[in-house]
Amino acid sequence: MSRFGNLGHRLYQGEVSFDFVGRRKLWYSISGVIVLLAAVGLALGLHLGIEFKGGSVYTVTKPGLTVSQAQDVANKITHDSTALVQSTGKGEVKIQVSSEEKVPASAFIEGLSKDLNVPTQDINAQVIGPSWGHEISQKALLGLVIFMVLVTVYLAIAFEWRMALAALVALIHDLLITIGVYALVGFEVTPGTVIGFLTILGYSLYDTVVVFDTVKENTKGITKQNKQTFSEAANHGLNQTLVRSINTTVVALLPVAALLFIGGGLLGAGTLNDISLALFIGLAAGAYSSICVATPLYAQLKEQTPEMRALAKKVLTRREADAKAAAEAPEDAAAQAVEDEVTAGMVGQRNQPTGRSRSKGRPSGKH
Amino acid sequence: MATPKSRPRDGYPGRALALILAVTVGLVALMFWTGHKTPRLGIDLAGGTSITLTAKSEDKAAINKSNMDVAVGIMGKRVNAFGVSEAEVQTQGNDTIIVNIPNGGDRQAAIDQVGTTAKLYFRPVLALAPTGVKAPTPSATPSATGTGSPSAAPSSSAAAGSGSASPSASASKAGRAVSDALKADPTASASAAASSSAGATPPTAPSAAPSAPSAADMANALTQGTVPPELQQQFAAMDCSAQTQQKDYQTDPGKNSVACSYDKEQGVWYKFALGPVAVSGADVSKAQAYFDTQNGSGWQVQLGFNNTGSTAFASTTGKLATQASPANQFAIVLDGRVVSHPYVSQSIAGGNAVISGSFTQDQAKGLANVLSFGALPLTFEKSDVTTVSPQLGGDQLQAGLVAGAIGMLLVVLYSLVYYRGLGLISIAGLVVSAVLTYAIMSLLGAGIGFALNLPAVCGAIVAIGITADSFIVYFERIRDEVREGAPLRPAVQRAWPRARRTILVSDFVSFLCAAVLYVVSVGKVQGFAFTLGLTTLLDIVVIFLFTKPLITLLARRKFFSEGHPWSGLDPKRLGARPPIRGSRRRSATAAAKEA
Repeated sequence: MSRFGNLGHRLYQGEVSFDFVGRRKLWYSISGVIVLLAAVGLALGLHLGIEFKGGSVYTVTKPGLTVSQAQDVANKITHDSTALVQSTGKGEVKIQVSSEEKVPASAFIEGLSKDLNVPTQDINAQVIGPSWGHEISQKALLGLVIFMVLVTVYLAIAFEWRMALAALVALIHDLLITIGVYALVGFEVTPGTVIGFLTILGYSLYDTVVVFDTVKENTKGITKQNKQTFSEAANHGLNQTLVRSINTTVVALLPVAALLFIGGGLLGAGTLNDISLALFIGLAAGAYSSICVATPLYAQLKEQTPEMRALAKKVLTRREADAKAAAEAPEDAAAQAVEDEVTAGMVGQRNQPTGRSRSKGRPSGKH
Repeated sequence: MATPKSRPRDGYPGRALALILAVTVGLVALMFWTGHKTPRLGIDLAGGTSITLTAKSEDKAAINKSNMDVAVGIMGKRVNAFGVSEAEVQTQGNDTIIVNIPNGGDRQAAIDQVGTTAKLYFRPVLALAPTGVKAPTPSATPSATGTGSPSAAPSSSAAAGSGSASPSASASKAGRAVSDALKADPTASASAAASSSAGATPPTAPSAAPSAPSAADMANALTQGTVPPELQQQFAAMDCSAQTQQKDYQTDPGKNSVACSYDKEQGVWYKFALGPVAVSGADVSKAQAYFDTQNGSGWQVQLGFNNTGSTAFASTTGKLATQASPANQFAIVLDGRVVSHPYVSQSIAGGNAVISGSFTQDQAKGLANVLSFGALPLTFEKSDVTTVSPQLGGDQLQAGLVAGAIGMLLVVLYSLVYYRGLGLISIAGLVVSAVLTYAIMSLLGAGIGFALNLPAVCGAIVAIGITADSFIVYFERIRDEVREGAPLRPAVQRAWPRARRTILVSDFVSFLCAAVLYVVSVGKVQGFAFTLGLTTLLDIVVIFLFTKPLITLLARRKFFSEGHPWSGLDPKRLGARPPIRGSRRRSATAAAKEA
């Protein structure tokens, strides 16, 4: 822990620095691959819960009740074998009936209660209309769009439009990854999951905003010097807030993990699990994207502006002059290099000359 | 340290602390004082049935707030009619009604009934009688006769009818006058005059002898009007005070039918024999309660019919007006039960009518709602019916609480390990935040009907992270300042504006998310959004009024200001630029490093 605390200091001073901004191609590739996988998963389709398909679920808790017993009773009630009976492994049996089933819920519960000898009070039932899922997804989507518009406008005013754009890309990135994981792993999507997705919106942006705030501060008056390009300054800001980002993510993930593992462990499946699973994936993706997607993207956008180009040129000229001087007087150069390192950041930036990022000149990458 | 003359540079942290502690203690005291010591639990935690109904209509504009409110009122009555205690019906979003029915009562019947389309009819009254009068107590007699003495002339029976409608009765809907809107004055004022003498004992009907031997005999003896032969047996056997018999007896709109009253009238359930449907509720174009200031007849209900309705209504009222009581009354029948049965004194043409009587405001509004419901072009679809057993509800609550406790504990441990002394501050902040959240949730349960459901519990647990993050932002800023070589007291002050901005900006985003979710979403999502929004606001309150002042205060203490290794602000450990003076500090940290 003491070393970690020390790391905070060294990150702050720029003695240790991770080059997030400069390695943007790497991050973009990683994100691109993940998003592509997520898209493939999405194309395969999400495993939608009963809330989205319509129908009824009856959960009967009775020790010793077997699936086949329950299936027999269900078949007797519906007069066919369309009911889907599963055991949840906790002495619970779940009976799913499609929305085409004409037997009313009350009759079904009574039938189950009588034939399985369970009091009606102990039967959990959920009956969903066929269009309900469509409605909640529509409402969630509406909320998503409204929120995105509002938050983009807000960030554009509070910061600038480039930050708003980068934050939005990071947000969509997080959502895609989370939904993609759901599609690929085949977790069931329930209204609880939708709540989780929607919370990711707030949390992902929350984290991005905190990072951007430091970046903004660090790049204030950047054009007045010639030691650092914009990307380097942004990266320095990112490193300064890295400890906070890690702490925040850990602190946010701890309760969610508790929810996921304890809630899930005690209850099996349920709303708690659904929300926390989506949150867990989304939060992790959010922490990654704030650092590795939003900020590099913002720096890239910012480097396009004439002022930042001019700055990058100035920095390059100075470095060339320094290099020349170093060749002429090796001793001096060594001293200079040390000084550079302390003020400007780190080794990685050297490997990543600013000219490169400019010459690529591509817009926002893979999304 | 602080000089009394001028304001110290780091403000008066004690005042803010005192304020938030006072507020916290106040809220907790209020919680105990009002007796709402725990948050109200939602169906998924307490057990019960939750029904989500979505309004459907051909005409999109019909799904509006006033129509939805009327529907909620009717559904509330229906559910409660099944003897389900504490059932709650509320709108959510613009087209959704949530009906929560706790365990108990005739739950299944309530679930089946709620959300079915209401049937509203106007039927002429043929006969009526009180039912379920257990013992021939003297008090029952006058109130029973109050609905209209049969021998009286129409106008005097009107006076008797209204006069008996004592204001204290729970639902005195009997014997109202219906009059033409334009010619309302004579009748309205007559009934108003009569109702002003409500204290007077109404004329006792001769048949209502106090010595009636049994309930059935007495009820039958009290029958007013003529029961049509085909209904006589059914009518005689009916006992509307039994809940099982309070149902819809109507079969064919063109046939005579029996019915129970919708509610007690002067403390007694009535049964009715009714003629064929005269006007359908669908022909009511509007109904509204208003207070008649011109004639002083108090609360009235104004009724408007469409063309079909006004023709039918005019001819029916024309016929009824010539009859003797109670056959001069028509019944407003909702879901097969008589909501109100005003008498008619003249034919009402023109499609407008006024129902007057000694209504209270609530009664008039209730009747107007019922009448509007017939005209309501809404049907409801059951979108989600979830039944949770008390067992599962308890398990879910327990899991949520355990998860929350463990999540909190993990966060506390992490802050302590990483921030040491500062960690204690963040724990104190989390505790204050938790107490405030709990107290506000408990009070809101009583205040605005906020029910803590499972997603709301999740929201609260997620909020632990957001609250802790605000501390982290501030702590890291302070440490940054200490790294720059600032002594702690100035560092705390200098770090604040920067941290404050970050916290406000990020909390705003979080709050925006919660607000948007709350407005557009329904059901579970809304509970979650509410908690998230509430805790985000509390986060700001806590960081401004608690954490910041507390750190300011503690920065004055040696333990923190000198950067004790356990304070979490050890300049050496943070790698601050070497202090210019203070050899003492250096030795202290050297010792710590060995440890």
